[in-house]
Amino acid sequence: MNRTLLAPPLTSAVDPSSEAFVRNRTDLLEQLATHDDLLAVALGGGGPKATERHRSRGRLPIRERIANVLDPDTPFLEITPLAGYGSQYALGGGMVAGIGIVAGIECVIMGNDPTVLAGALTPYASKKWMRALEIARDNRIPYISFVESSGGDLRIDKKAGNGRSEAENADAASAAVGSAVVPEHFAETGRFFYEMIELSKMRIPTVCVVFGNSTAGGAYQPGLSDYNIFIKQQSHVFLAGPPLVKMATGEISDAETIGGAEMHAEISGQAEYLAEDEMDAIRLCREVVSHLNWRKPDRGPRLVDEPPAHDPEELLGLVSRDLRTPVDVRDVIARVVDGSRFEEFKPRFGPSIICGWASVHGFPIGIVGNNGVIYPDSAQKAAHFIQLCNQIDLPLVFLQNITGYMVGKDYEADGIIKKGSQMINAVTNSTVPHLTVIIGSSYGAGTYGMSGRAFGNRFTFLWPTAKIAVMGPKQIAGVMSEVRRAQAKRKGIEFDEEADAELVAYAEAVQEKGSLALRATGAISDDGIIDPRDTRTVLGICLSVVGNRPIEGAESYGVFRL
Amino acid sequence: MTHRPGNAEPGTTRLRTLLVANRGEIARRIFATAHSMGITCVAVHSDADAAAPFVSEANVAVHLPSGYLDGDAIVAAAQRVRADAIHPGYGFLAENGVFAQKVIDAGLTWVGPAPGVIDTMGDKIAAKKAAEAAGVPTLPSTEDPSKASAVGFPLLVKAAAGGGGKGMRLVERAEDLDGAVAAAQREAAGAFGDDRVFLERYVRRSRHIEIQILGDGYGKVIHLGDRECSIQRRHQKIVEEAPSVRLDDDLRRAMGSAAVALAESIGYESAGTVEFLLDDDSGDYFFLEVNTRLQVEHPVTEEITGLDLVREQLLVAAGNPLTVDQGEVTTSGHAIEVRLYAEDAANGFLPATGTVEAWTTPVEPVVRWDAGIQAGSVVGVSYDPMLAKVIAHGPSRTEAIGRLRLALERLHLGGLITNRDYLVAVLDSPEFAAGDTTTDFIERVRPAARLADDTVHQAAIAAALWRQGRNRATDGLWGFAPSNWRNAGLPPERVTFVDPSADGQLTIAYTADRNGRFTLDSGEVVDVIEWTPDRIELVVDGIRRSHRMTEAPNRLHVQTTTTTVTLDLVPRFTLPGSDVSTGGLTAPMPGSVVEVRCTVGDRVAAGQVLVVLEAMKMEHHVTAPFDGTVTEVPITVGQQLDRGTALVTIVPDDDPDQTEGTPGS
Repeated sequence: MNRTLLAPPLTSAVDPSSEAFVRNRTDLLEQLATHDDLLAVALGGGGPKATERHRSRGRLPIRERIANVLDPDTPFLEITPLAGYGSQYALGGGMVAGIGIVAGIECVIMGNDPTVLAGALTPYASKKWMRALEIARDNRIPYISFVESSGGDLRIDKKAGNGRSEAENADAASAAVGSAVVPEHFAETGRFFYEMIELSKMRIPTVCVVFGNSTAGGAYQPGLSDYNIFIKQQSHVFLAGPPLVKMATGEISDAETIGGAEMHAEISGQAEYLAEDEMDAIRLCREVVSHLNWRKPDRGPRLVDEPPAHDPEELLGLVSRDLRTPVDVRDVIARVVDGSRFEEFKPRFGPSIICGWASVHGFPIGIVGNNGVIYPDSAQKAAHFIQLCNQIDLPLVFLQNITGYMVGKDYEADGIIKKGSQMINAVTNSTVPHLTVIIGSSYGAGTYGMSGRAFGNRFTFLWPTAKIAVMGPKQIAGVMSEVRRAQAKRKGIEFDEEADAELVAYAEAVQEKGSLALRATGAISDDGIIDPRDTRTVLGICLSVVGNRPIEGAESYGVFRL
Repeated sequence: MTHRPGNAEPGTTRLRTLLVANRGEIARRIFATAHSMGITCVAVHSDADAAAPFVSEANVAVHLPSGYLDGDAIVAAAQRVRADAIHPGYGFLAENGVFAQKVIDAGLTWVGPAPGVIDTMGDKIAAKKAAEAAGVPTLPSTEDPSKASAVGFPLLVKAAAGGGGKGMRLVERAEDLDGAVAAAQREAAGAFGDDRVFLERYVRRSRHIEIQILGDGYGKVIHLGDRECSIQRRHQKIVEEAPSVRLDDDLRRAMGSAAVALAESIGYESAGTVEFLLDDDSGDYFFLEVNTRLQVEHPVTEEITGLDLVREQLLVAAGNPLTVDQGEVTTSGHAIEVRLYAEDAANGFLPATGTVEAWTTPVEPVVRWDAGIQAGSVVGVSYDPMLAKVIAHGPSRTEAIGRLRLALERLHLGGLITNRDYLVAVLDSPEFAAGDTTTDFIERVRPAARLADDTVHQAAIAAALWRQGRNRATDGLWGFAPSNWRNAGLPPERVTFVDPSADGQLTIAYTADRNGRFTLDSGEVVDVIEWTPDRIELVVDGIRRSHRMTEAPNRLHVQTTTTTVTLDLVPRFTLPGSDVSTGGLTAPMPGSVVEVRCTVGDRVAAGQVLVVLEAMKMEHHVTAPFDGTVTEVPITVGQQLDRGTALVTIVPDDDPDQTEGTPGS
């Protein structure tokens, strides 16, 4: 492989000694430090005491289980490690999920953290689980589950929102902004079981290792998996444990008899493999994956993997914390793509969207990035570019820093709705994999047009500087103030300026907090916050993962309103 | 001299095709010279040596189904490939007059002395008589106690029928003689039913000195100076040097002349060695024997004289006169040879077997490597387990020692147990530096290989991170990503090795950052400067080191500053049941079962001999490590065993769980 793109490297006039750069960098490092502190908490699962208790029973913490199943020294791309941030649930949501290499095969691995509520399914765990299943399905990669779960969270009066202090109210209000996890009715639950068996139908292998209790609903995880590995004297799998059986039928029995690993391996046939202990179970899991005869349809990188000509360290100084300073997205591209080579498409037309071709770790891609608000012509250019990439089966990377589509009479007259819709149509019906990185703002319809989470992208990652909302906090607070003012005028009552100013400030603060990257990732509305310096690695891993499914561009779109 | 072919004029005859009736390093050594002289070489090889390097280095090789002692087969092989000469090397048939005669009778040239000379020198009594006749001192002895003064003091009174020290008396002074003789006679009569005794000169502190001789078919004999080979284990030399530090010019001249006188008196032709015992205290020397062949340690003489002894042998065999006169023989500097063996110096020098997984000689310092093996060679039980001779030549003895020690330290060698570190310890000892090298050196000095405290730890770091680099290089999916890259965090990567310096295991646990910097659980920060398939260069807490690395299945050989550290990986996963039968006694060396002294159900006591093994003509007793009951004896008398084969399983008395005992012997 000795081919490179022929486009020359981007020039990039970033001055690392400038005041703005230094300030941006300091801010970003501070945000990363906060992120690291939160990660440290998340990594601790249910805390040292619960972990110690778990260990004292001869069991490995979930992260050790995962570390041991991975091929030595290979990376692990974890999905939403900070799920549950801003809620009253443990950081991480009581579950670890991610993509790793097992026996030379890219797999999704999801595992309950038994140190958190005994692995009970919190709303966050459920959503994360759904995301893990989605990754397996969309990318066609094997699905491994490490199950040790007491089942649904049956506790009452402990739900988020009950009995919280005044001080926590604003926090909770901000959590409700955008996309908080809304409690479901039982009648809507259980979709993960549907998804699991769908995977099997799609010939995506599902391998389940039961490390402890897997009760009731949990029992269907091994029930619906292709391969089950149970551990002697440790795995207990049953629809109802001894207390419920006694309640239901009066039968008195013990866990080992009702659902012990040996019973399942020898009598019920629920377990294919009987492991001696946890490490043996992990060994068997690797053996199973190794026999899957897994073949990737995409033959992988086809261009030379050159480091960027500009130092990725400098990604730390490009974006300001308040997002008001414009960022030339080409400065980001220059620090992410191979050799900083970037062939820009239509540079002189619709310049607020940057489109062009590049490669990351040898994987060829098309890039769509924002250099300001989207105008009618930039929307058209993007729609055109997305179709070109579909024509040649090229994955697309979206670098979001978008406050939205331009408003105002001139732009309405120029067809901003129509042309913006062309772009959304192209994005929606594009069938090449989309990888989205939100480096700054992600507001309103801009979020959608730039292949946001709801638009079927394969992965969404955030820089710590990302803010995601229907519009900017100031705009939301201001709009609401205007509405109140109009209401007062209509009703003929005096407008209380002082009270309104207070409300505006409060609303802005709440919206600001709610738009932060941490809130988004806490709600599992993305795949996690990444260090900007890891962008290239993350994209490379994702580009490899998406190659497990044929990369084929769209053959048809919805009606383009021309 | 009847065996010399034709009557060609001296200096013009040459050999065309030479068969070397030997193996390993000496076969290669002879090929090298023969090739340089334009002689085609023929190898012969046994089944066990079919893959040995010397076989492919010859132009032609002939298989010997019954091995190197089958003289008829060797002669037949030579005739089949139209060889015109046979060089026997050393060992095997090198000192077999009957074989030499067969070679000559077949019309081939024998590279060595005449068969009659071989026979005479092979007979100890005849050889001693020949030495005496030539005026060479022999170890004085007599059966007549009244002639004790001729023997000299101190002397030993020995039982004629004796052995095992019974009836032996050391006598320092003449006045003690009568009492000692009487006591020895009584003891001998009691022990052997035979009260005959004899007196022999006792050498309290001796050295083994030998003189290299060279003779041609024209009656000319010269000597090439002395070698000292006092350092021996199990009666085999392991360190040899030239010249000996003990000889002054007079003694050197006297011994040289004595050797030449003896050689001339028997009409010696080709290369040979006259061995002497030197009394370190008095400087008296006594004839021991003549080796009628090229010696293993001939390279030290070559190094200091600049002569190629094999070339001289081949020239003489072809009927040419010697190329040098005695007066032209000069020496320069000092040469030392060590014999690198597959053996366990810490365990009675038991021979070891295995595969030479790592073998790379250092580019510097420049020393001579006469090796029979190469990377991948298998060392079995069939032959002497010598891997190589390493010869350093320096302007001074001190420099030669240093050079040799450094070469050994930098040698990348692994896969089997060797005496490399032991040889380094010998070279490093103050006694060796002082030239205090009497034949009791090994028992007296007790050299012991020592690893610096940090060596194994540093090797383990290098091994763990090299393996890491290998894993990254072979990651066909995400090989572009930094090692151990995580966006959130997982526990450190852990690599566990069997600790080669102590019982137990050692674990290197590390995490990495996106720039390839590793942080170890033990606190060190490590930057990997370069990784290649056979090397790693890293900076550990500010110290930069480069380690050659060889991977074998589940094992890494790591080159450190002072030796090769072999680290066996403890696999992350163990197969259930695979560790079931590790509790018993295992064979400490390859060999055969001579005797089994226990059966299943026997109660045995700690220290009790359970099995007797034999290897390389040495018996080894395997004893019970604790009191207990024998539960398994899976071996039978006569069985050939590999090292590590299970011998006996014992359940210890005080084990409530009835689990199996720990290994030991």
